[in-house]
Amino acid sequence: MSGPFLREFLGNPNGGFVKAKVTVKLKSAVLDPQGKAVCHAAHSLGILEVEDVRVGKVFEIQLTGQDAESAQKKLKDLADKLLANTVMENFEVEILK
Amino acid sequence: MKVGVVVFPGSNCDHDLYHVLKEGLHLDTIFLWHKEHDLQGCDAVFLPGGFSYGDYLRCGAIARFSPIMKEVEQFAKKGGPVLGICNGFQILTESHLLPGVLLRNNSLQFVCKNTSIRVESNQTPFTKKISPSHILSMPVAHGDGNYFIEEEGLKRLEGEGQVVFRYVDSSGKPSEAANPNGSVKNIAGICNAAKNVVGLMPHPERTSEGLLGTVEGKIIFESLLG
Repeated sequence: MSGPFLREFLGNPNGGFVKAKVTVKLKSAVLDPQGKAVCHAAHSLGILEVEDVRVGKVFEIQLTGQDAESAQKKLKDLADKLLANTVMENFEVEILK
Repeated sequence: MKVGVVVFPGSNCDHDLYHVLKEGLHLDTIFLWHKEHDLQGCDAVFLPGGFSYGDYLRCGAIARFSPIMKEVEQFAKKGGPVLGICNGFQILTESHLLPGVLLRNNSLQFVCKNTSIRVESNQTPFTKKISPSHILSMPVAHGDGNYFIEEEGLKRLEGEGQVVFRYVDSSGKPSEAANPNGSVKNIAGICNAAKNVVGLMPHPERTSEGLLGTVEGKIIFESLLG
């Protein structure tokens, strides 16, 4: 048993947690061949109204602690260093709970 | 000269590279496991191709945080020669040792074929024995080799002579048809501003032995020998 499982088993010593969502998107200047392929596939399905598709990533993250502000700061740091490559991607951090 | 080949979980060109350096060039060659904290006195470091950490998140994104990469970064900043091939190139861009990024191939297909690359600069430790404009034939094998850099960065690369290899056709022109992945300006390999760190998508270690049909890639390793 390790990490989150252990924490769940023992209970969170700090009490409470913060749930957050980090969305990573390709910058508008970067071409997205995956999005194009999805757009073409939508047309093959007969949904011709689909005009443009950009594919991104969503990370659902749970942090211990209750302080939304500090969670926001930590997640910005995490997104900047790991979740996104800021050469090609932008990110948004959203605290849910 | 002592050289090191870094091994990450998921590297799969590490032994090919080791073989070329050890048996082909008779260099004192060692493997450097990603968890090590010491380059053990290596004079040059190689990051091999493969799928480090299963290409999770982004190619090279997790490998960047391996303990050995801290040492590689310091070594590179002191001017030590570092060559990243394929996944090694991706790791170097994720580590910010090289500018830009390698996106998904524009075809969305994994591309595995022979390419011709023109040497654009002999100012790096891995190309100094090659005359500029010389064309080398070597294979690519990647899904994410589409080199991208924003316009200003591209101007800097071109202006400072940091484009080292370009995909070309049989007449030596960087045509669209010769570009296997959609890389901006047909870029196949680049170097950093100090020119000691080089990354390329094609595989010179797969063309360094007569048995494999050609030894055109061997000159990249021989260049290191001064």
